[in-house]
Amino acid sequence: MQFTVSKRSRNLRLVTAATAVAALVTVAGCSSQSAGGGSSDTGKATASGGAAKKGLTVYFIPKDTQNPYEVLADKGGQKALKELGGKVVVSSGTTDTAAAQIPSVQAAIQAKADAIVIAANDPKALCPSLNQAAKAGIKILSFDSDINCGNSPQHLFINQADTKTIGTTEVDLLAKEINSTGQIAILSAAQSATNQNAWIGYMKQQLKKYPKMKLVTTVYGNDDPATSLNVLKGLISAYPHLKGIISPTTVGISSAAQYLSTHKNVKIALTGLGLPSQMRAYVKDGTVQKFALWDPSKLGYLAGYAAAALASGTATMKTGATFKAGTLGSYKVLAPAGDVGPSVVLGPPTVFDKSNIDNYKF
Amino acid sequence: MTSDVQTAPTGRPDSVQRSIGWRDALRWEGGLVVVLIAVLIFGSAQSSSFLSQSTIFYAGINIGYIALMALPMTFIIMTGEIDLSVASMLGLAGSLMGFLWHHGWGIWPAIIAALVVGALGGALNGVLVAYTALPSIAVTIGTLTLFRGVAQILLGSLTVPGVGDPQFPDSMTKIGTQSIPGGALSYSTVLFLVLALLAGIVLHATPFGRALHAIGLQPEAASFSGVRVAWVKFCLFVVSGLICAVAGVLLTLQNASVSYTAGTGLELNVVAIVLFGGVSIFGGKGTIFGVLLSVIIFGALQMILTQTHVEAEKQLVITGLLLLISVIVANGRELLSRVRSRLAVGGGSR
Repeated sequence: MQFTVSKRSRNLRLVTAATAVAALVTVAGCSSQSAGGGSSDTGKATASGGAAKKGLTVYFIPKDTQNPYEVLADKGGQKALKELGGKVVVSSGTTDTAAAQIPSVQAAIQAKADAIVIAANDPKALCPSLNQAAKAGIKILSFDSDINCGNSPQHLFINQADTKTIGTTEVDLLAKEINSTGQIAILSAAQSATNQNAWIGYMKQQLKKYPKMKLVTTVYGNDDPATSLNVLKGLISAYPHLKGIISPTTVGISSAAQYLSTHKNVKIALTGLGLPSQMRAYVKDGTVQKFALWDPSKLGYLAGYAAAALASGTATMKTGATFKAGTLGSYKVLAPAGDVGPSVVLGPPTVFDKSNIDNYKF
Repeated sequence: MTSDVQTAPTGRPDSVQRSIGWRDALRWEGGLVVVLIAVLIFGSAQSSSFLSQSTIFYAGINIGYIALMALPMTFIIMTGEIDLSVASMLGLAGSLMGFLWHHGWGIWPAIIAALVVGALGGALNGVLVAYTALPSIAVTIGTLTLFRGVAQILLGSLTVPGVGDPQFPDSMTKIGTQSIPGGALSYSTVLFLVLALLAGIVLHATPFGRALHAIGLQPEAASFSGVRVAWVKFCLFVVSGLICAVAGVLLTLQNASVSYTAGTGLELNVVAIVLFGGVSIFGGKGTIFGVLLSVIIFGALQMILTQTHVEAEKQLVITGLLLLISVIVANGRELLSRVRSRLAVGGGSR
């Protein structure tokens, strides 16, 4: 049991008050379109992809404030807003619950923020609060883990990578390592996490291509290292013939890798989504062959630019709308599909192994 | 601390002399009033948006459903017991309501079923604590896990309303976004205030309330003087289960949705509020007024810390320290006499 005696600890971190002049120079250097617009600092929407307003305040509300992945994503957002002459407030709790995030949404409303970028701990519980924020004129964006609120509020999902590709990539990686044969299991985060469930759905689809691989169970570590370790141990003792584990969460895969690296008698292939910095040692000692991820700081950076573009009125959530995302180039809003509303996709996931892991610093 | 909780009612012959301890209680609440004023002054100085109607509304949304559970918890701790299953009961009731809604039940039948299960869950706790004399801390840690487990079985990865489910009725979910007509208070705040008034009357102005004090101070004596100790405790756990179910329904409507994780970990917040309100962890002492002040302080503090961007980790430290101080100060004399009797020398720190 975690001893969080707190009143739902909401945490708010005020970071970086930006230096506007330096930021303007950076923006001009990165984006050719605004190169001549150094003097138009009023933030008027010029053409499509015009300059963002300065002095914007964007609330980044991560799942919690300690998950290293979320911390990197938030830093990316801070970098983006700094380049644009605005600021980011990072605000959330220490536990992955909607109750810990709602006060941060309220604080954003009270502070008259321009945009909220949220990684939702619950697809629905935040909808009423976010809808209020939208009614107060705040632009709503989600990243990492989407909200599922229908049209109230309208929001833009900054997708890390195509959801289907993430699911299929992980199954393919594991299939190669275990010759497409044997029992496998999934070590996920919270059972209610939107992104995890979407990926797991595509994993199950992809598994149909590998009839000899059998998914025996999915266990939930709640993105907590101790819980992840406990459910992992339970998994190993319940399924002694287990051949492989997919853990599509950075906390889960690093906890599992740590255990497997110190228990070499347990021969289980492990893959999933991990941070290169956390996984480097385990790739080098052979515990893990391959895993995947995208650069979370680029995801946050993209979300920051998207938030600024929406708040400045230089982009909309309409299908086909475009905006510039600093050094990442130009992005286009994709049409809604299924549960997912308007979205922007960062790019394909990167697969890491011994040959390339030293090239990634996050 | 935990071992004291489970054996609290026994072995304290000296405490009868201090009996109800009104003077202690009033002194503690006086202190709380001072703390509250300090918090309000600090808040309005630090945050420009603190003194506003929206702060009052939001605080009510955030803490109202937790505060509800603090009322039966006050009664239970007064009798020297504890109920750690409250947040899981909230989660189970909400999950059941969502589960039934998902399967096409009407909103009222689903709510009533959730409340019935709340009372039944409370009765399970009550039977085990009151009639088998098992320590309540052990029983309710068990049901904490049990209730959450059942909630997880009911909903699993499903968040209700899921794909294809109708939304909960707007007329009810508006309690999450709108204040009561003509005021800044949330519906949850109003419900809490009404129930707090009721609880205050029961605890301080009825024979039942006096029985609670007596059980907490001296269960044997209470029993000899005609108080049906086991029955009273049983009733308290049933009421606790019921109120937690009410909180679960309330939270579900506020969020216009529910998943099995609803309320996870809140049992400690509830206990913290009650203890900070001056209710003795050893039983027998405490007032609803103190708990009310404690609720307001916690609610206000949380708003300030969020509005001023204090890091979550630091908020944990702040609230943890507050809780610790409250337990030490509120039970200072009791602790001191215990330390003295054990060491036969004066306990140094106060």
